[in-house]
Amino acid sequence: MESQVSLSSPTPRRRVVEYLLGGGLFASIVSFIYPVLRYVIPPPVADLGGDEVVASKVGDLKPNAFKIFRFGTRPALLVMTAEGEYRALSAVCTHLSCTVQYRNDLHQIWCACHNGLYDLNGRNVSGPPPRPLEAFQIHVRGDEIVVSRKREG
Amino acid sequence: MRLLTHLRAWLDERFHWAELIGPLKEKTVPVHKLSHWYFLGGITLFLFMIQVCTGILLLLYYRPGANEAFESVQYIMTRVQFGWLIRSIHSWAANLMIFTAFAHMFSVVFLRAYRKPRELTWLSGMLLLFLAMGFGFSGYLLPWNTLAFFATKVGTEITGQVPLIGHSLMVFLRGGEDVTGATLTRFFGFHVAVLPSLTTLLILVHLALVQYFGMSVPPGVEPRWKGSPSEAREMKFFPNFLLRELMAWYIALGILGALAAILPWELGTKADPFAPAPAGIRPEWYFMFMFQTLKKIPAKVWFVDGEVVGILAFGLAGLLWTLLPFFDQAGRGRGRRFIMGAGVFAVTYILAMTIYGYVAK
Repeated sequence: MESQVSLSSPTPRRRVVEYLLGGGLFASIVSFIYPVLRYVIPPPVADLGGDEVVASKVGDLKPNAFKIFRFGTRPALLVMTAEGEYRALSAVCTHLSCTVQYRNDLHQIWCACHNGLYDLNGRNVSGPPPRPLEAFQIHVRGDEIVVSRKREG
Repeated sequence: MRLLTHLRAWLDERFHWAELIGPLKEKTVPVHKLSHWYFLGGITLFLFMIQVCTGILLLLYYRPGANEAFESVQYIMTRVQFGWLIRSIHSWAANLMIFTAFAHMFSVVFLRAYRKPRELTWLSGMLLLFLAMGFGFSGYLLPWNTLAFFATKVGTEITGQVPLIGHSLMVFLRGGEDVTGATLTRFFGFHVAVLPSLTTLLILVHLALVQYFGMSVPPGVEPRWKGSPSEAREMKFFPNFLLRELMAWYIALGILGALAAILPWELGTKADPFAPAPAGIRPEWYFMFMFQTLKKIPAKVWFVDGEVVGILAFGLAGLLWTLLPFFDQAGRGRGRRFIMGAGVFAVTYILAMTIYGYVAK
């Protein structure tokens, strides 16, 4: 049996068997790997309540000070300027996502990770940050400071 | 002793023990004035074994999870008898291991031990170095302290900057869009299951290759030895070199124990995802040169984001470095000079940027 089959030019029938075997093997490997690949990618988390949040109570923050509050799943920054104005911005540095802070000695927003600086409008002033921080809208409702995303248009 | 002789005879009867260990007995190590560089790989292996042992001990009390990890490490360090010592040894040995691995790599470059036929030995060694850095990066997060939290945030964000696949890679590493408890669970899995199994396998390959090719004789010595074989000096690996190696391990253990006891590794404060990054934040020293470079690259280079340029440059440099033996073949003199230049440049750059990172504010 064995000696009749030439190894250099497999007969078509043998080739069909090889394709079937190889294809089957390939298909089963794919069917193992695909679910694993999908499994390791985590399911998306819904960003609940990310549109509007109470950042602080009026009077909690002194002039020239800041606090970090939770805006959806990310941190955000509420600053009371030396002149007593409120500013709300994303606290996620646009460089490599560290959490920024307000420097009351510089009157600027500073990222400790790579020395990035932003002004109080969120504009990237110096250091590595490539983009400005996202600025949020502020409404004072009763004694609550409500922060919301700016609507486009 | 009689028991040992009996045991040996028993094994020999069944497995032809003498034949099995025969090649090991034949193994020799060249003796010349640069011989002491041969110890570094072995010391790295020894530190890895210490990591396995202390890591298993830490596993008895450590609990992964954003609400438990910090507290469990605190528990290890304050309540468990000698817990502080085990953890301190694990942290110090990790750092020393990275250091000796780097030293081993540079000694191989400057003694040109990577040259034909040992290209694959070099390649497996480079993969081991990357795995060691993966160990360092994933292990750093496990205590869930502030420094680790931001280091991981920045580190994974850097992966996210890689063109095309970056974002998916970052989500895979983080277990989501942000660094959370899910990231900790993943890193724990990488650190105690994925990386150890890969590393053990690769160490076996690396050692088998070293065993197969024998020790490389530095090119400064080799021609002289080939010219007059009577000048060639070597010692038996077993027991002569092995005993010397064991002495080196003992010294390494002494240094490690002293460091761990005199300068116990600190825990810091618990990570708070909604607190600003503290001033003076920095990664572990072996990532410092990359960290400092990224800090100094301007926001935009031409029209591309600065950090993308930095990451691509480091990626390309790392790839070329990994393929280094393949540049030392065709053009002989030129390739060799180029590699020596690249080696000197790499050492100088890494040293200078690391020091700069520590002294600059």
